[in-house]
Amino acid sequence: MKVDPQYYDYWPYHDRPKITWPNGAKIAFWVAPNIEFYELDPPSNPHRKAWPQPYPAIAGYGIRDYGNRVGHMRQMALLDKYNIRGSISLSTALCDHHPEIIELCQARDWEFFSHGIYNTRYTYGMSSEQEREMIHDAMVSIHKHTGQKCAGYLAPALSHSDETIDLFAEVGTELFGDEGGFYTCDLFHDDQPTPIHTRSGKRFVSIPYSLEMNDTIAYVSNKVTPRQYGRMLKANFDRLYQEGEQSGTIMCIPTHNYQVSCPHRLKAYEEALEYITGHSDVWVTTGREIASYYKAHYYDDAVADIANKNKGAV
Amino acid sequence: MSLDKDYLHYPQRHYGMDHELYKWSMLSERAPVQWPNDGKLALWVNVNIDFFPLSQRQNPVAVPGGMKMPYPDLRHFSLRDYGNRVGVYRIFQALDKFSVKPTVAINGAMVDRAPYLMKFIAERQDEVLGHGWQMDHLHHGEVDPADEAQWLDASLRKLRGYFKQPVNGWLSPGRMQSAATARLLVEHDIAYMCDWINDEMPYDFRSEAGVLTAMPLSNELDDFFIMGNNLHSEESYAEQLQDACDLLLAEAQSQGGRMLALNIHPWMSGQPHRIGYLEQALAYITAQPGVWSATASEIHQVWQAQQKR
Repeated sequence: MKVDPQYYDYWPYHDRPKITWPNGAKIAFWVAPNIEFYELDPPSNPHRKAWPQPYPAIAGYGIRDYGNRVGHMRQMALLDKYNIRGSISLSTALCDHHPEIIELCQARDWEFFSHGIYNTRYTYGMSSEQEREMIHDAMVSIHKHTGQKCAGYLAPALSHSDETIDLFAEVGTELFGDEGGFYTCDLFHDDQPTPIHTRSGKRFVSIPYSLEMNDTIAYVSNKVTPRQYGRMLKANFDRLYQEGEQSGTIMCIPTHNYQVSCPHRLKAYEEALEYITGHSDVWVTTGREIASYYKAHYYDDAVADIANKNKGAV
Repeated sequence: MSLDKDYLHYPQRHYGMDHELYKWSMLSERAPVQWPNDGKLALWVNVNIDFFPLSQRQNPVAVPGGMKMPYPDLRHFSLRDYGNRVGVYRIFQALDKFSVKPTVAINGAMVDRAPYLMKFIAERQDEVLGHGWQMDHLHHGEVDPADEAQWLDASLRKLRGYFKQPVNGWLSPGRMQSAATARLLVEHDIAYMCDWINDEMPYDFRSEAGVLTAMPLSNELDDFFIMGNNLHSEESYAEQLQDACDLLLAEAQSQGGRMLALNIHPWMSGQPHRIGYLEQALAYITAQPGVWSATASEIHQVWQAQQKR
């Protein structure tokens, strides 16, 4: 085991090269709906149990299924209302199980990025070859069903190995050259993009995908009320918007259709979306577009600044 | 080191669900359901009459709402018992005040433990649901099949022997099911079960013995889930119920009838500091035009009659 994953160097949130988003925007805002498939009877993984109860774990399975049967249409209607294109963190087996959802998102020009094949198949314990095969399968599935060259990765159920990000970058290059596999959502260390070290040396970035704003973390882990979640989203936006005057920031709302779309929760989410999109100088965009823009305009300055700020570091 | 090669095999990766229990279907794509008298939102209030034994057995999973302390856990035993002595009468009074017709899920063991309450419910002619034998008799996936069959049979026999009203529905203790539960329910002439929460409207569920209806009883809006598990305030509980009502009513205007399923525990909402918030939510919900207060069976029958087979 490593003491530090060594994906990135220390980079103080102080005196960084200024970022300006397209059209002078201060903040890049993106919404990342997780559209997931959990299996009722997945094979067991010795490192992590999929369900807390013996088969059939109908409570956990049922609420995830609710997200696809009921919740998806509610959140999609809301994103349509505020002209937001979702960046979907996709359990790619959903292309096979529920192609209707994929078609609806595709018709809206939403982005699809990889969230593994099923959210009940964990990276833990996989050999390097197995993990590569899983990553490859998921990226090929997205391409086959949507024509998109998958750019981003959020590992399934946030289960990682020491090689996850390297493998993702390499499989992306193998399949799509520089057009695929160039950003990760798995790191939560910053409010701005960060150049990431990969063993292939590819231009690869981390894009902030806020775990703190993630509805499942807020509702299930932190047990906040719907109204409190709405207040948190607004407060998060307010501060990042204010700081975006100095240098462009990023706000992400990662969601799940089985959380935000519940009838007692949608209102708080809607109020936050209305508030955020009601401001000027907000770039409402997708994960891929942020990563691409950053790589094209700010990546090299960032690498130089990080090196400069780490002079003398051991 | 690697995982077994089956870990990267996906035998169920195909169109629809990864099992045969029900069909994949998006709520928005189904034919609209019309409730009686141009109703938009069916309100189903489900009251739980639970027996949590002091001598709680060892289960592979925690008993939701059950004993937590070393034996004898008088604290949780008596706090749950409070619901059946005190809280439930407050709940009935609140429901009557707003003319809400409840559905009452009763553990079989309660029939002999609280005859006065059973007579009270029988005389009110409320709909009664099978609710297992008692709360630590969980129908979980590793239960001995003979035990499960016996508990299910005994609990339905007990309720059907006591109540004149038919017992057609079922809610498992702790909402847990084994792979055999649905089949056993069909074999015992149960028409609908309320454990699955993957939808907001009834749908067909297959068992080896035939089809029954799944009637989703929201867990996210359950009083114990919101105030007990999530530790939200009573004010927030009422607010969440009201917000849910608003959203479902609005959706029903364009998409056909919806269902607001509220699961209530007298040992939770029947407390003196909580009952007022339940009343507040009920006052709000029942004042909305288009809300149809109904029992689970009434909702089930109206839905069933509109399904094209």
